[in-house]
This record gives sequence, structure tokens and C-alpha cells, in this order.
Amino acid sequence: MNEQQYIDLYRQTAELIKKHSATLLNDRRDEAFERFSTVGFPTSKQEDYLYCHLMDNLGINYGLNINRVNIPVDPTNVFKCDVPGIQAYLYFILNDEFYTRSDAAQKALPKGAVMCSMIEASERYPELVKHYLGKQIRENKDGFTAFNESFAQDGYFFYIPKDVVLDTPIQLINILRSDVDLMANGRNLIIVEDGAQGKLLVCDHTMDNVNFFANRVTEIFIGENAHFDYYALENTHNKTNSLSQIFVNQQADSRLITNIIGLNNGCTRNHIEIELNGERAETWLGGMLVSDCNQQTENFTVIRHNVPRCKSNELFKYILNGSAEGAFSGRILVQKGAQKTEAYQTNRNICLTKQARMYAKPQLEIYADDVKCGHGATTGQLDETALFYMQARGIGYAEARMLLLLAFTSDVLEHVEIEALRDRLHLLVEKRLRGEESKCKGCVIC
Amino acid sequence: MLEIKNLHATVAGKEILKGLNLTVRPGEVHAIMGPNGAGKSTLASVLAGNPVFTVTEGSVTFYGKDILTLAPEDRSREGVFMSFQYPVEIPGVSMVNFMRAAINEHRKYKGLEPISASEFLKLMRAKKEMVELDNKLANRSVNEGFSGGEKKRNEIFQMAMLEPRLSILDETDSGLDIDALRIVANGVNLLKNKDNASIVITHYQRLLDYIVPDFVHVLYQGRIVKTGSKELALELEERGYDWIKKEFDAQ
Repeated sequence: MNEQQYIDLYRQTAELIKKHSATLLNDRRDEAFERFSTVGFPTSKQEDYLYCHLMDNLGINYGLNINRVNIPVDPTNVFKCDVPGIQAYLYFILNDEFYTRSDAAQKALPKGAVMCSMIEASERYPELVKHYLGKQIRENKDGFTAFNESFAQDGYFFYIPKDVVLDTPIQLINILRSDVDLMANGRNLIIVEDGAQGKLLVCDHTMDNVNFFANRVTEIFIGENAHFDYYALENTHNKTNSLSQIFVNQQADSRLITNIIGLNNGCTRNHIEIELNGERAETWLGGMLVSDCNQQTENFTVIRHNVPRCKSNELFKYILNGSAEGAFSGRILVQKGAQKTEAYQTNRNICLTKQARMYAKPQLEIYADDVKCGHGATTGQLDETALFYMQARGIGYAEARMLLLLAFTSDVLEHVEIEALRDRLHLLVEKRLRGEESKCKGCVIC
Repeated sequence: MLEIKNLHATVAGKEILKGLNLTVRPGEVHAIMGPNGAGKSTLASVLAGNPVFTVTEGSVTFYGKDILTLAPEDRSREGVFMSFQYPVEIPGVSMVNFMRAAINEHRKYKGLEPISASEFLKLMRAKKEMVELDNKLANRSVNEGFSGGEKKRNEIFQMAMLEPRLSILDETDSGLDIDALRIVANGVNLLKNKDNASIVITHYQRLLDYIVPDFVHVLYQGRIVKTGSKELALELEERGYDWIKKEFDAQ
């Protein structure tokens, strides 16, 4: 559908959308729609969307499940998570709807922590949701965000109260399941209060061979001295379009790990904006991907050092095979007065074929004068001398190449602080590099 | 075991080896000396199968097998080992994984099962001791952050692990202080037996105080122009290469 058709669709169905949605999401809806009808979808003429191909795939006639027709699938049956030993609390989002009938969703998390649908959260915790929702994207004039807030009817709400330490990771599986081309808009909110700690793993999967368009907006608030790990693992099929926008607010002494792993996909844009708003906050933002065929992946990142003495470290590594295209934008903004900032950024990419393409755009904007900042971006091929060295020890070319590629990604995977997941990821990456399917058991198509 | 006949090789279109002949039998140690640019390292690289070099003429057989048609990994699995003049750093690949992969690929080639974890560790320990390789180094990425001497010692360690039938030491002594030289040479001597052989490529006679050669060859302008006993090395040390160059150029 084109822009005008989406605008018409909203006008025709606004009441229905609101009827099946969270009241607090509805509060923002009309305003968001006004914004969308003014700015429309982004175009590649905009600097920030220069390498984004998602707009090219909007023309498909995706269905939106506005009327919340029941999807006849039990994710707990079709999806058996294959991360041995992870022992996480397991939740599902089915297309754009939080699945409330899973074992974990039926029970409460320990120590007052909450993982539930936005619909439930806006009924049970209205003050909390109202206090945070939309605060981190307030300056955002982006068309995709406005579109999301016009159409999203649900999402997940993850809340860790003050000083609560969740030892067990939370695993959230996004499942796309449909007989016809489908669009799913999800609006998520994560609140980690002062002194709280938790880890979230979000996995993206597709189950049917139709075109999907997922547009997800997530806000994350990390309180003083709180620790949070956010791991995203995408393992979707080639007809998947995925836009994941994450907006983070970090307070003093907080620590965040964000690790975005792409094993298989169609066209993906991860847009991550992190604001460091309290002194001594630390953030590690990174990711890796293995990409081939005509897959397109973009990580668009912004880190804002608003106050002194914060640290940020960024590391993205891409392996591009076939005719894959990768893009990385890393903008680091050190605001005036944010002295003693330490900000480092590294982006390294390997193009295994002549057809593979990489676009790297590191950007440092520094308005303070007492800072340590550095960045580096390289794109190249595997080290032939290292390959020969390994061959000279009897390691076959294919195996040597594999070992080098695994080594290339290892420093990103080292920043996965869930041991079972890290081990599993090493194996999945290896399988992917060997050309075997890297899907977890339980996914019909990945 | 090794028969090199009329070997010609080029790099980037330039001929470096111009008809080299050499025969190596089990139990022998051959030293190859010669001035800069004579083709010493090229010979080592060609034998190991470095794709940068092109063989244009001649043959190399190893136990009757034409090794020039073999991929570098298969030459290694056949038992040809080259100690690199400049060992390569491979960040992210641990020494343990690297060695295990190498050992298992060698075993697979021989039709053997992969080595068990305990057997592998035992082997690592024994060979580390043999070449006095620091435990810390064995736990790091391949050659990453190793000093020049440590890299060379690591080459000898890998040689000890793989137990080649023919080892080619390409200027293993360059950049080594006297203690490291002794340790490296000691490792080579410990590994020596009646069934294997070594080709020691060196600039200086110094290494040959520790590794005693059966033959000393002088390589000049891509050919072996003189062969003698270990005394030849002493003579070269004293007189330099000019007299050999003159002798050769006169012919």
C-alpha cells in the first residue's frame, strides 16, 4: 500500500484500532497519526535513510490484524527453544499481540518484576506507563515511529522494580505467522528502576513463507546504578522486512549491554538511540551479522553523551557473502560540558564476494574539550597470509576460512553475558558459516 | 625422500629459482646458505605451496609423490612442515583450537579418529615442555602479541606437535637472541631421528653450531652452486660469499 492508502486505512479504522488496544497507547494515537500524515514515510533522500531499503518494500499489500482475529497457533507447541541450559522465562509475541497463555505469562515474575502485554500494563500500572511512555521518543519526528504509534495495538511491558535483581534471563520470542502478507506493529516499554538488574533476550522468527513487515518501537529506561542487558537475535526468512527502533535513557552509574546479532533476515534496519543522562553511565553497544543472498541489514546507531564522565563502547562486525548489503551508521554526540567522556567505536566488515556491499558511516560530533574518543571502520577481505599459515599446518582451506570468520565475530559474542546463550550463538554462527541452517529447532522456516 | 629437479619458480613474473636440484634422504640435515636475494626463502615457500609463487619448470617429489600438485594443507598432511620466517598473528583463534584443528585434519588424512580431549592435552603439555613454551602463550591467540623469539619458539612447538617427516626451517634463527636460539635448536635436535629430515635455511653460521648439518649448500642466483660438509659453513663465515659469486660468474 502507498502512504495515502495507509492514511485512508487509519481514518477508516481508527475506532477499531483503539477498541482493541491499550488505552494509554490510544492516548498518543491521534497525535501520532497527525504527525505521520504530515511527514509520511521517510525517503532515501533523507540522510538518515540513505541506505535503508525498507521503503522499497512498503508497496506490498500487507494485511494488518486490526480486528484482532485469533491466530490459530500455539507458540509453545510450535516453538521449542533450542538454547540448552538457558532456563529463561519464556514469552511470546504472536505477530503484534502479546501471547498471554504461555506458562510464564500465566505466572508472576519473582520480586514484583513484571512482563506482560501493553494492554494489561496500561490497566494494571497506568501511572507507571504514563510516567515513561513516549518520554524518550518525544523529540522524534520520524515517519516510521509516527506510523508505529498510529497503528500499534499492543506490545510488551517489562518492568524491574527498584533494587530487584532478576537472576534468570527473560526470553521473548517474536513470531511472525500468517497465511497472507502481513504487517505487525509493536510498541514496547522497558523500565529498569534504580539499582535493579535484568537480562532480556529477544528472538525474531518467521513461520510462513509470506512477506512480513515488522515495525517495532521500544523505549528503555534504566535507572541509577541499574544494570540491563538487551540481546536481540534475528533469524527470519528472506521475505521479512524488519524495523526495530530502540530508544534508551540511561541514568547515573547505570550499565547497559546491547548486542544485536543477525543470523538470517530479509531487509532489516535496527535503529538504536542511547542517551547517557547521568554521570558515570556506561554503555556497550555492538552486534554482528552473517549475511548472504540479497539480504540487506543496517544498524543505525546514535549515542548521546549529555553529561560528564560517561563511557560508551561500540563494536559492530559484519560478514557479507553473496550479494548481501550491509550498512552501519554510528553517530556519537558529545555535548558541550560532557567532559571526561570516553567514547570508542569500531566497525569491521568482511566482504567475501565481489558482489557484497558495505556502507560504513562513522560520525563523531564532539562539543567538549576534555574527552577520549576514537573510531575506526575497515572493510576488506579475509587475511590471505593467515589462511596460508593455517593451510601450511594442514588445516584445509574451507576449515581455515571458517576458523578465521568465527574468530572475527568472537569479540562481539564475548559480550553476551549469558553463558548458555553465548555457547549457543558460537554454534549457530559456526553452522551458519558452514552453510548449514542456523535455525533453532521449532522454526518451520528460517 | 625429497627430490627436487631443475626447479624454476617466479614471483610477480620475476624468475627467482632457476633450475634448482636437491636430494634429501631420511635422517639428513641440510643447511642452505647464500647471500640476500639468492632465493632461499622462495625455495621454502615453493615447497610449502605458497600461492604467491608460480612453479614454471621442474619437479618436486616427496616419497615419490608429486607434491607440486598438492594443496598446501595436503603437503602438510603428507609430512612437510615449514617454519615461517615471519609467523602470522591470528587474533581470535586460540592456540588450542588451532592446534587441535591441525592435529585432527592430519589424523583424518591418515584415516584416524579425532584425538580425544585428554590425549590432546597430554600431547600439548609434553611438547610445550620440549620447546620450553610458556603456558601463558599456549592459552593465547595464535602468535598474537608474541615477541619475535616467542613466535619462533611457537613454530618449533607446532613442528613438535605435528611430527613432520621433512621440516624446512626458514631463517628460524633470525631475530633470536642466544638463549632463544639455543632453545629452538635444542627442540629441533630433540625431534630429529633416523626417519625424518630437515632443511635449515640460514644467513649465519651461528645456528649451525647448534644444529649440525650433514650437508651445506650455497644458493646463488636461484641455483645451488656449491655443496660441502659443515666446514663449508665455517669457511663462508670467514670469507663471505664473494669468492663463490666470482667462481660462479666465471663459469
